[in-house]
Amino acid sequence: MDTDPKDSKETKQLTTGEEDRKSLVTRVKEGTSALKDRAVDEAKEYKDPQETQLWKSIFRVSHDRSDPRNRSLAILSNVFLHLHPAKINRDAVRYPFTWGMGGITFYLFIVLTFTGVLLMFYYHPTKADAFRDILYLEHDVPFGKLLRNMHRWAAHLMVITTWLHMFRVVLTGSYKRPREFNWCVGVVLLVLTLLLSFTGYLLPDDQLGFWAVTVGTNMARATPMLGSEGPFGPQLGLTAYNDVRFGLLGGSIVDSNALLRSYIWHCIGIPLVASIFMAVHFWRIRKDGGISGPAPIVLESEMKAVKKK
Amino acid sequence: MRRFVNKWTILGVCLVIVALWAINVQDWHQLWVISSTPDNIPIVAMLALVPFFTWMGIRQAVANDRLIEQLEADPKLSKTHHRKVEPWRPGWAREIHVWPYLVRIEFLATVIVTVVLFIWSITLNAPLEEPANPNLTMNPSKAPWYFLGLQEMLVYFDPWIAGVVMPSLIMVGLMAFPYVDSNPLGNGYYTLRQRRFALWMFGAGFVQWIVLIVIGTFIRGPGWIWFWPGQTWDHNAVVFDKNIDLHDMVIASSMGSTLGLGFLGNEPYYGIYKFIFGLIVVTGFFIVGALFFHWLMTVDFKKMRMPRSLRPRELHSALFPKSEFEQKILQRTSLLQYLTFQFFAVSVLLALPVKLVLRLAFTIKYVWVTPWFNI
Repeated sequence: MDTDPKDSKETKQLTTGEEDRKSLVTRVKEGTSALKDRAVDEAKEYKDPQETQLWKSIFRVSHDRSDPRNRSLAILSNVFLHLHPAKINRDAVRYPFTWGMGGITFYLFIVLTFTGVLLMFYYHPTKADAFRDILYLEHDVPFGKLLRNMHRWAAHLMVITTWLHMFRVVLTGSYKRPREFNWCVGVVLLVLTLLLSFTGYLLPDDQLGFWAVTVGTNMARATPMLGSEGPFGPQLGLTAYNDVRFGLLGGSIVDSNALLRSYIWHCIGIPLVASIFMAVHFWRIRKDGGISGPAPIVLESEMKAVKKK
Repeated sequence: MRRFVNKWTILGVCLVIVALWAINVQDWHQLWVISSTPDNIPIVAMLALVPFFTWMGIRQAVANDRLIEQLEADPKLSKTHHRKVEPWRPGWAREIHVWPYLVRIEFLATVIVTVVLFIWSITLNAPLEEPANPNLTMNPSKAPWYFLGLQEMLVYFDPWIAGVVMPSLIMVGLMAFPYVDSNPLGNGYYTLRQRRFALWMFGAGFVQWIVLIVIGTFIRGPGWIWFWPGQTWDHNAVVFDKNIDLHDMVIASSMGSTLGLGFLGNEPYYGIYKFIFGLIVVTGFFIVGALFFHWLMTVDFKKMRMPRSLRPRELHSALFPKSEFEQKILQRTSLLQYLTFQFFAVSVLLALPVKLVLRLAFTIKYVWVTPWFNI
């Protein structure tokens, strides 16, 4: 703003050309050097990107100052980090207490979403294309093999980390009051993780997936009262063409409909449901008072009597 | 007896077992083929990860238990102590900022996981078999490893139990656990002595699940036949199933003929005798099982001793000494909590290993045969 009057003055000089009789070349030179000085001055301000309007519009607070207010705001004013409380129990960051398995599980979910979306670009859930797409992915797509490997191994790892997370929660008794409900949400998430893995198994449309899913869905045939071969199924009029297995596969055999259903459950249905449960799971951690410990030990003699209503 | 049970003798016994097994391995190649199958690598990884984290948890539990003992012995100390094994000085803040002390750990964890995934994905390819062919059955046809527990259960139970009822019971049972565990201690810290029974129950379930997966992965071969680890998978092997139902076994036994139980084989009214026999067996199992769990949840193992005589009172005081602490916990437990726990404990935690032994060791197929379902 402060340079504007000067600019207009220069323009005036150029047009009138009477007060100053310097040559055009000198005047251009002077003008250029003034512009250069201004540019250098302004560039100096950009040396600290955190002071720019652009930066400040994105990040409301500085992340490298160590005063308590700033450190709290760094967490509270960030949509991704605000999942955390501003402060936690000083012993809770010790790795041996939590093992970090819940967080790693969530990170693996993100990795799987990312690699999964990339895989979707190369995959058609049809009997004619599915297997060829995998071959194409493995041999022609740049880094396609790495992508598929990563998706598969991350999935296996996620099953393991979910179990280990659960194991830690058991060992520290973290499922106890007031976290009972969140434990239940966690059990649902474990089941959803297994189902995600299972629905993905069929998608390459190879012998491995085909027979694994055949074995798996054959069990559905035996569901009591819902399957054609389960207890009380035939009595209720169920056949291979209207029972729960038919509903899962979209047919009486594992074929193109099963592939499509598996694909949609794997890519849209279950991730959507799992995301909702995850949101509840994380929200409840905060609402139930953060992570459970390491809490001070309670002695047997301090056990409070149960309140009788 | 107790003098000889320490970590060195246990380790020694384990080593001897492993050595005896290793001498008897006929086919190392078969073993290598099974454990190097890409989809089995996670199980091999788990065989290392689970003991490691178990050790890490138990180590902290033991440290806490030692502190608990100290504090219980010294009421004065329990008033001044900060009650954690982690170091503490009076001037220290109880809480620290998440930024940067937690966020940096999380960032580091994501970097490490990413690196591990990259290395794993570069060095090991995801499996891809021939195109799906409904006319060519894979033998053995195995589910992904985390479902092999269910698939292995198919050997012991009919599909409606193994594939539907058991998984549902496990799921609901897990969800019910926080509501039936009436012990308020051990909330938020590792401990063994304050939560002995709950940890035993969880441990039993976890071990059973892992054992079923290991059997399904390393032992079951073509035709789902039992091949010991190290035995060659014989694709032409045939096993003649000589499994019989419990009531048939009773009829054929000398006890059955002495007691005149042959009539169980008669089939008036769609086998009403068999039905009643099975009902009695299953009810009896539930009663005995519930008594077993009741004993387990109240007993004080340290006070248990060899009975000096066979008089009921002596037997009772020798084999069923009550633990004071568990008695207190039991008083806090409502009837509904108690019965819910017993139901899940007997029908999942006990039924599974019992049926496994009945099937594998005594070749019994069903214990309860009805026109509608068999158990």
